[in-house]
Amino acid sequence: MSNFTLKVNGATHTVDVEPATPLLYVLRNDLGLQGPRFGCGLGQCGACTVIIAGQAVRSCVRAVSTVQGAEVTTLEGLSQGGTLHPLQQAWIEEQVPQCGFCQNGQIMTAKALLDRNPSPTDAQIRQGMAGTLCRCMTYYRIQAAIKRASKTITAQTDPTSEVLA
Amino acid sequence: MSTRRDFLKQSGLLVVGLGVVPDALADPLAAAAQGALGPGPYPDVDFRQLDSWVVVRPDNTATFYVGKTDLGQGTGTAFRQIMADELDMAYERTSVVMGVTDVTVDQGGSGGSDALQTDGWPMRRVAAEARRVLLDMASTRLSVPVAQLTVSAGVVSVAADPTRRVTYGELIGGRRFNVTLRGDNINATTGMAPLKPVQQMKYVGQSFKRDDIPAKVDGSLRWAVDVRLPGMVHARNVKPPVAGATLVSIDEASVKSVPGFVRVVSKGNYVAVVCEREEQAIQAARQLKVNWQKPATAPFPASENLFTFMRAAMPTAMGTPAAVGNLDSGLASAATRVEAEYEVPFQGHVSIGPAHAMADPSNDQLTIYSNDMKSYGLRDGVARFLQMPRDRVRVMWMEGPQAYGRTAADDAGFEAAFLAKELGRPVRVQWMRNEETAWDTKGPAFTMKMRGGLDAQGSLVALDYEARIADHNHIGYNEFDTVLIAQLTGQRKTTPARGGGGAVPSEMYAVPNQRFVAHVVGMPLVWETPLRTGNLRDPNGPQVAFASESFMDELAVAANADPVAFRMKALAASTTEDSGFKRARSIAVVKAAAEKYGWDTRPSPKRVGSGEVLSGRGFAYAVRSQTIAAQIVDVEVNRRTGRVFVKRIVCAHDCGLVVNPEGLRRTVEGAMLHSLSRALHEEVTFDTEKVTSVDWASYPTLTHADTPESIDVVIVNGDPNPNRPDLPHYGAGETACKPLLAAVANAIFDATGVRIRRVPFRNARVLAALKTARV
Repeated sequence: MSNFTLKVNGATHTVDVEPATPLLYVLRNDLGLQGPRFGCGLGQCGACTVIIAGQAVRSCVRAVSTVQGAEVTTLEGLSQGGTLHPLQQAWIEEQVPQCGFCQNGQIMTAKALLDRNPSPTDAQIRQGMAGTLCRCMTYYRIQAAIKRASKTITAQTDPTSEVLA
Repeated sequence: MSTRRDFLKQSGLLVVGLGVVPDALADPLAAAAQGALGPGPYPDVDFRQLDSWVVVRPDNTATFYVGKTDLGQGTGTAFRQIMADELDMAYERTSVVMGVTDVTVDQGGSGGSDALQTDGWPMRRVAAEARRVLLDMASTRLSVPVAQLTVSAGVVSVAADPTRRVTYGELIGGRRFNVTLRGDNINATTGMAPLKPVQQMKYVGQSFKRDDIPAKVDGSLRWAVDVRLPGMVHARNVKPPVAGATLVSIDEASVKSVPGFVRVVSKGNYVAVVCEREEQAIQAARQLKVNWQKPATAPFPASENLFTFMRAAMPTAMGTPAAVGNLDSGLASAATRVEAEYEVPFQGHVSIGPAHAMADPSNDQLTIYSNDMKSYGLRDGVARFLQMPRDRVRVMWMEGPQAYGRTAADDAGFEAAFLAKELGRPVRVQWMRNEETAWDTKGPAFTMKMRGGLDAQGSLVALDYEARIADHNHIGYNEFDTVLIAQLTGQRKTTPARGGGGAVPSEMYAVPNQRFVAHVVGMPLVWETPLRTGNLRDPNGPQVAFASESFMDELAVAANADPVAFRMKALAASTTEDSGFKRARSIAVVKAAAEKYGWDTRPSPKRVGSGEVLSGRGFAYAVRSQTIAAQIVDVEVNRRTGRVFVKRIVCAHDCGLVVNPEGLRRTVEGAMLHSLSRALHEEVTFDTEKVTSVDWASYPTLTHADTPESIDVVIVNGDPNPNRPDLPHYGAGETACKPLLAAVANAIFDATGVRIRRVPFRNARVLAALKTARV
């Protein structure tokens, strides 16, 4: 066991775990976070996704020793001062989730996508989200919600444009 | 006598506690964590007491307690709507608690799309009864006959003088109703109050947003996977590497050095390792050396030989034919005869989150925190499995990854309970991905022979359906002697379940000579097998309708008729059998789908184009119980790659009275895309020792890239008297799963002239069929 210092959602934590421990288990079991969830442990489904340095990262296959000192954002860290992120708001407006278990991965992957490209085309959304799986098959609503959030975000950054959503 | 009602009793005496007790009841999980509901025992909640269903607080809010679980289709929101409507309480001032075995009445949890069709009725009746009792109380309080009172949003007023008013909260808040209900069983529960005519229900028909969604998108929801208890440990299973293998020995020394190692637990062929931390348990399970003896004979054929095996197998159960007229003479006299055979492989539940549960053995009892859709069944099953009194076991239902029937056989709940009792500590069991995908319950494989005859006018005069279903030993609902740990520990049933129930076509075509029959076959290995079948969303309809509705298209081709017109002719044919107006409603639904789509009448296939991408349209329809769905899809078939892309789906859907239209639309969308995944991608593969589809790469499913560009859901009410005051609400969870496989196959034929009779329509299969046909 070794000590590792992590910055998660703006707070600093030190944990004493084996270096190879997947970040997912540290976030869930040591820090008590509930956003990232175990889906496959193989980096295939996306349910465990967090954001590190602007990238959507699958925390189930990322050893805790490799993220020491990095800023980790989880679903819990998306809202700012009690205001939901436009993606979260769009998820509610479009009533996206069914069971909701995968939606952490959907929202976090979409966040990284929109941070890179605030106005993705339909094809870019399909491609950017293709590796993030949903077993309730809410894909149609997820894509609608990403487009809705994209409009909100571009309107916020460009004060001359109108929110069409 | 329930613990919950003990609290209510106390709250009636102890005015100071009024605000506290209902809040604890509104969050039974938090209450349990605080020990607030008491140390047990946990007797059944008495469904014949109004207090078991409805609590009204002094602040004029109400909580409904129902014995169902919400699998993500918004049934909890719909229950609030119908109960708030009957109670005349403002919707925003209500909440609902579901599926906690010692807090809510036993309505069986979820399954069979029956939430509104069956369980909605006692919910409405008890809420109406609470309204009646409250109006009586108001009548006494205000000294005005009930007939001269009005009620709105939980406020009772004198009709002639609205300044004279009293709230429900003032009348009953925090005290018991003490009203006994009637009914031989929970579904028959009723008081004296009549139900409201549908026309007077103001929340029914409104698209309230789902009350569970905000916490699912901001990360605040506490799921069953999130339960953490003091002193808990983590367990992982070690499954036999070959199906049917026998445990010979375990080398416990192989994991002694793993940090945090607690114990290896084994009984029969069940093996688990327990560690202090989760990643330690994972490591120990991988590292544990176990010596297994392979079975003497192969447990099953390899998946590429599955259908050959099924056709040759001696059925374990022969079906009884459902016959109309005389099939043989009908076929013999037909001007045109058509035959075809269809195949659907085993498909998995393959939940996005593998099985999991936490069990706490404190106080010589068991509290199981679980996402089991049938929490009451888990409680009963665990009590019998561990030979504990039933009232020493309770199950707290919490949200979880949905698997559409998977948790009806909740292996992890039983395993956690078993291990917790062994260790005397709270144990969390979590299956790994390869374990879940290989060993979860499977939807049965089908091979179906269809024969049909047309007369000289192209009318359908004979129809034969004969199925073989690999469904021997179909796993039931949390039975103490059929869940996997019961099988592996040797505590299993003597007689396997028959399987194959009711797996015949459901469409309402009137055919003068018809025979439907389904036989069940088994694999060589009956127990301890990863090919154990269970209820996968419907659970037979998508397979059956793939054959029956593909075949209707083949008949229409033989008749040189438009596929919709051909079906309409068969639906409109004279017959007296039309239970539940299902034929009239079928006609309305088929028409609505064709109208929304803009269907133009022509036979299939259309003239095959010359480009790389061929497009076509396909229709199919099906009935499930009283609910009807008709679907039309547009496909694009890439003749170079074989890829099938479903570009557009139109669905017309009649489930009677609709409680929440937007909730229904999303449920139908999800059901259709689930079936699209089954149509295009899903197949359990295996060699002669084990399942080889074990993750998302080897068991591919629908992705964002496959998502249709447009989906239209048309809500139909084809009841011959849609304005009647007693219009029923039917189920909607599964019907829309049924037609889609056939609709896609029919569209592929329309686009290419090539008929695919084997699911799934993966690129390689489609490409090979196109090449064979030189398309």
